[in-house]
Amino acid sequence: MSGIGTGYDLYPTTFSPDGRIFQVEYAHKAVENSSTAIGLCCKDGVVFGIEKIILSKMLVEGTNRRVFSVGEHIGIATAGLTADGRRIVQNARQEAKNYENFTSDIIPIHVLTERLSIYVQVFTLYNYIRPFGCSLMIGSYDEEKGPSLYCIEPDSVALGFYGCAIGKGKQEAKTEISKLKLSEMTCKDAVKEIAKILMKTVHDETKEKEMELEMSWICKETKGKHKLVPKKLIEEAVEWVKGQENEED
Amino acid sequence: MFDLEKDFLYDLSKEVKTGTTVMAVTFENGVIIAADSRTSSGSYAVNRVTDKLTPVQDQIYCLRSGSAADTQIISSYVSYYTNMFSIEEGSQPTVKKAAHMFREFLYQNKQYLHAAIICAGWDPIEGGSVYSLPLGGSIVKQPFATGGSGSTYLYGYCDMNFKENMTEEEAEKFVTYGITEAIARDGGSGGIVRKAIIDKNGVRRKTVYGNKLKKFWEK
Repeated sequence: MSGIGTGYDLYPTTFSPDGRIFQVEYAHKAVENSSTAIGLCCKDGVVFGIEKIILSKMLVEGTNRRVFSVGEHIGIATAGLTADGRRIVQNARQEAKNYENFTSDIIPIHVLTERLSIYVQVFTLYNYIRPFGCSLMIGSYDEEKGPSLYCIEPDSVALGFYGCAIGKGKQEAKTEISKLKLSEMTCKDAVKEIAKILMKTVHDETKEKEMELEMSWICKETKGKHKLVPKKLIEEAVEWVKGQENEED
Repeated sequence: MFDLEKDFLYDLSKEVKTGTTVMAVTFENGVIIAADSRTSSGSYAVNRVTDKLTPVQDQIYCLRSGSAADTQIISSYVSYYTNMFSIEEGSQPTVKKAAHMFREFLYQNKQYLHAAIICAGWDPIEGGSVYSLPLGGSIVKQPFATGGSGSTYLYGYCDMNFKENMTEEEAEKFVTYGITEAIARDGGSGGIVRKAIIDKNGVRRKTVYGNKLKKFWEK
């Protein structure tokens, strides 16, 4: 691949002859280097699951978080450069707070998504700031409107999804997700399914180190608030996945 | 000694009080708002047929009292922002949102402004609502609200005659008689009674001309 963009890939301010902005495409590569994150819209909420590679036995569990709350009712999961993701979340929190102060209503997720898109896009315009090297999944659950899930990529395109995956194993994950009947699934079931996809399909035990599951949800049970999935549920899901594997053998 | 803040700026921000009476009342289907029509400068009536019912959105109105300049610019701002937000969100703005935007402007700029606003209207979520935003920039949701110099003559009248969930007829009578009484008693209020009925079908404007105003006790 190297050599293809030569000359046209130094700054985001240059188009290539075939109409591409290489710096933005390279930003996508940064996302593809990171471990996988999955988001699913179930009938009673949205669940996020992230495959976190444990780099060292000395690291505390749950450290290096990749899932964040914005306001109480919106969750954001990141893949790519985590620091870039944190910067965007900072901006999202500011937007949400300002909106609430001004209008006394909580910010609707599609408004927040559009504003973050605009923010991310700004960084693809200039030669002195680089594009963000991360993709974000933004999820929320509302009693009336139901679950919503959006994904923003480094090129600032924001799309609404029923189920989405970002990071290294997104292709395999997306294939597995498309087999699921999301409209009939509850969040509790989704926790198990996501654990299965991350542990079995996406994570390669031979090549990589051990993994840790980080999961969060916004659902009817949490009354529309973004919370980490209780540890007990994750442990049960991991047990279930291991049980399934034994059955298959 | 000449103190910039105390002498110069204070004088500049002092406004000639233009008398007014405004009322907003919730009824079973929405809200009715009403105002007198006099804008006075001292004892001269600059406009005897003023329209004080200012639209902020299609079904959200505001009643302005205090400095005309201050209230006009703020209702412009709120109109602009509610428009922008409703386009972004793809849904009709609520009265609560508009009222809270008013509050933000009034409170953050309280040292420069002399403005009191009543924000009233209809939205699909709450139905009819009335929000009172007095001088300091606080916000209170009320079943009915009155404002302006003539409102002092109406506290007793309103307390004794207001009922929750009135019919449209009852509510119309309530506001019309209220404004009529205030016009009779308050020198700063006069002219005709302008009303607007805001419900799920939109806004209907009505006027009661001077000679049709009911005469209460007078010799």
